[in-house]
Amino acid sequence: MIQVKNLIKVFGTKVAVDDISFSVEKGEVLGFLGPNGAGKSTTMRMVTGYFRPTSGSISLCGIDMLEKPEEAKFRLGYLPENAPLYSDMTVASFLGFCAEMRGLHGAARNKAIDRVLDLCFLDSVRNQSVDTLSKGYRHRTCFAQSIIHDPDVLILDEPTDGLDPNQKHEVRGMIKRMGQNKAIIFSTHILEEVEAACSRAIIIDRGKVVADGTPESLKKLVPGANSLDEVFRSITKPDTAHKKAA
Amino acid sequence: MRNRDIQNTVAVFKREFLAYFNSPVLYVIVVIFLLASMGFPFFFSRILDSEDVSLTERFFVWHPWIYTVLAPAVGMRLWSEEHRLGTIELLLTMPVSPWQAILGKFFAASCVWLIGLTLTFPIVWTVCYLGEPDMGPIISGYTASYLYALACLSVTCAVSAITRSQVVCFIVSVAFCIVIALIGDPGVTQTIVSTTPDWAEGFVRFVSYFSFMDHFFELTKGIFVMRDVLYFLSVIVVSLIITHLSLRAKRA
Repeated sequence: MIQVKNLIKVFGTKVAVDDISFSVEKGEVLGFLGPNGAGKSTTMRMVTGYFRPTSGSISLCGIDMLEKPEEAKFRLGYLPENAPLYSDMTVASFLGFCAEMRGLHGAARNKAIDRVLDLCFLDSVRNQSVDTLSKGYRHRTCFAQSIIHDPDVLILDEPTDGLDPNQKHEVRGMIKRMGQNKAIIFSTHILEEVEAACSRAIIIDRGKVVADGTPESLKKLVPGANSLDEVFRSITKPDTAHKKAA
Repeated sequence: MRNRDIQNTVAVFKREFLAYFNSPVLYVIVVIFLLASMGFPFFFSRILDSEDVSLTERFFVWHPWIYTVLAPAVGMRLWSEEHRLGTIELLLTMPVSPWQAILGKFFAASCVWLIGLTLTFPIVWTVCYLGEPDMGPIISGYTASYLYALACLSVTCAVSAITRSQVVCFIVSVAFCIVIALIGDPGVTQTIVSTTPDWAEGFVRFVSYFSFMDHFFELTKGIFVMRDVLYFLSVIVVSLIITHLSLRAKRA
């Protein structure tokens, strides 16, 4: 459902994403791993049509993102990093706006709002201003926005960032459940999360894919490694090592 | 598909329009606008002492200067706020084309001004009570005034697409509006012509033709209406195209 081929993004002289290709099928949850600045968010911004790639192609459900962006975006739900929200709106009116932008009007719109308020445990803050929400609620409001139209493709940039352990558990469970009939990509720093929710994982380092496989097969990449944590550390070079080499 | 385009624009418009009423900024601006536009004719232009019941010389004449400061105050949030909050990433990954978003936002700000301008109706009522004014110049005055406001708004819209800071957007837009108003002033043009080399005179006069002011006063008098209306409309279209280009450049 998500096809990404030879994606390259250059900012000035810096190559942020260097020839990345991958695909995600329906029913798959792809974990996106990598150190800070590896190009995870940049890749996601290109897949969602926010950034224009320097070269390469992206298609969602067989629709080319670069040729027919509006149609491709119609299939897409996206939770950006830091969960941005319009601070002057209430939770319900924000979700209403997002539903309308996704082509849901009238009764369908109200039904969709009720559905996601329920799914994301937001009923208690329904009429509260977004401005006054705590971080966990803000995050879940933005998450609710991404699934309001029940999209085929879901892209989540650090969906569990800033949540407490209970909420993290809840969100992981939700991602896993929804993964059964959607194609999902989510990025994270937390490696247990990958084992808990992903059917496949990609490790990115300095703009390149350095590993791609099921969490189990990734563990076998590095002989003697017991956890994904060790695998991650041995295949992605820390910034300090990079500086010494330079 | 066409229907969807309109629905998207309407959805953006609705959100933006309601956002204005949810923030105190709008009420402050409207009150200042009403105080200034109604106060200046009475205190500075002495509208009651004059024998003249037309509004052109004493009411509309103040509008360009009021808009120079207040239109950027209304328009500065349009894109700067999206950049600052990061919501632009949400908005532009929704199935909406940048043009639908730009138009939705611009129409919302335009409607706010329409409300502000409509609230100046007591002055029309006053002159109608005091005498029998010719309605023609009043209508063309309001048209000119509204178009001037929209031109300032569209310029602000273009500036706000470039910066994430509302303050920077406000200052740059006000500066731009002042310059574009002043270059058409005969005194200013004359000063510039006399201090620049002779060969530049044609250029200076050419640039001064692009001032909002001349077109505004022509319009308030009701002369060559179409030409000046087209002038303002093209300023708006060009500004919105610049908005579109800078939004695209930001994402490239």
